[in-house]
Amino acid sequence: MNVTLKYFASIREAIGQPSEWVQTQSKTIGELRAELAQRSPAYALAFAPERPMRAALNQVMVDASAPISEGAEIAFFPPVTGG
Amino acid sequence: MAQARVLIQTQDFDVSAQIAALHAHDARVGAVCSFVGLVRDRNTGPNAALRINSMELEHYPGMTEKSIEDMIDAAHARFDIFAARVVHRVGLLQPLDAVVLVAVSSAHRGESFKACEFLMDYLKTQAPFWKKETGSAGATWVDARVSDDAALARWGIQAKNA
Repeated sequence: MNVTLKYFASIREAIGQPSEWVQTQSKTIGELRAELAQRSPAYALAFAPERPMRAALNQVMVDASAPISEGAEIAFFPPVTGG
Repeated sequence: MAQARVLIQTQDFDVSAQIAALHAHDARVGAVCSFVGLVRDRNTGPNAALRINSMELEHYPGMTEKSIEDMIDAAHARFDIFAARVVHRVGLLQPLDAVVLVAVSSAHRGESFKACEFLMDYLKTQAPFWKKETGSAGATWVDARVSDDAALARWGIQAKNA
């Protein structure tokens, strides 16, 4: 399926772009993260399993088990530091 | 027209004007509680001697507003309050600058005090902002704090951030 990916903060810097469209066979956020980590050394570093990361699906915070669907907007970012 | 409950902006805000707008013409209001967060020029801990010259605040347009709106809805469900608003700045800020305002109105003070703290604890761990500090040591992304997750847990919300 096709999804829109958005990256923020240090994740964006590590990947080198703020967003992209991808085709994926992954069923969940966690699977997608593991899939992205395979793409290149830069992605492997950005999505390293020991790196704390949060995700949002259609602008709502979700955990790794959340299922993804066609056309979804998925964002990956570090733990938030607002306020 | 309904008042804006969440403002995300680069410009500075006027606390008095925001508080006035919050409870204007509402004679039920006996209490307004507000919190202002500011940019410091230093951190505590091992790097306490280093000085911060500026701070860049990044956010996720769309999700930022939506998530804080949801937090305000949650505050209304938990506490007997009349209104709440949040103003959060983004972009490039300097030490002494205001970053965030949370203001809440109620009939009596207890509910406003609690709702204000609730909203700050919630915002700190769930609103999609990221801070990057620049100082003499260069630019570094601020790390999320485990203590903020603990603060949110006090309200019975288990949400992992740090």
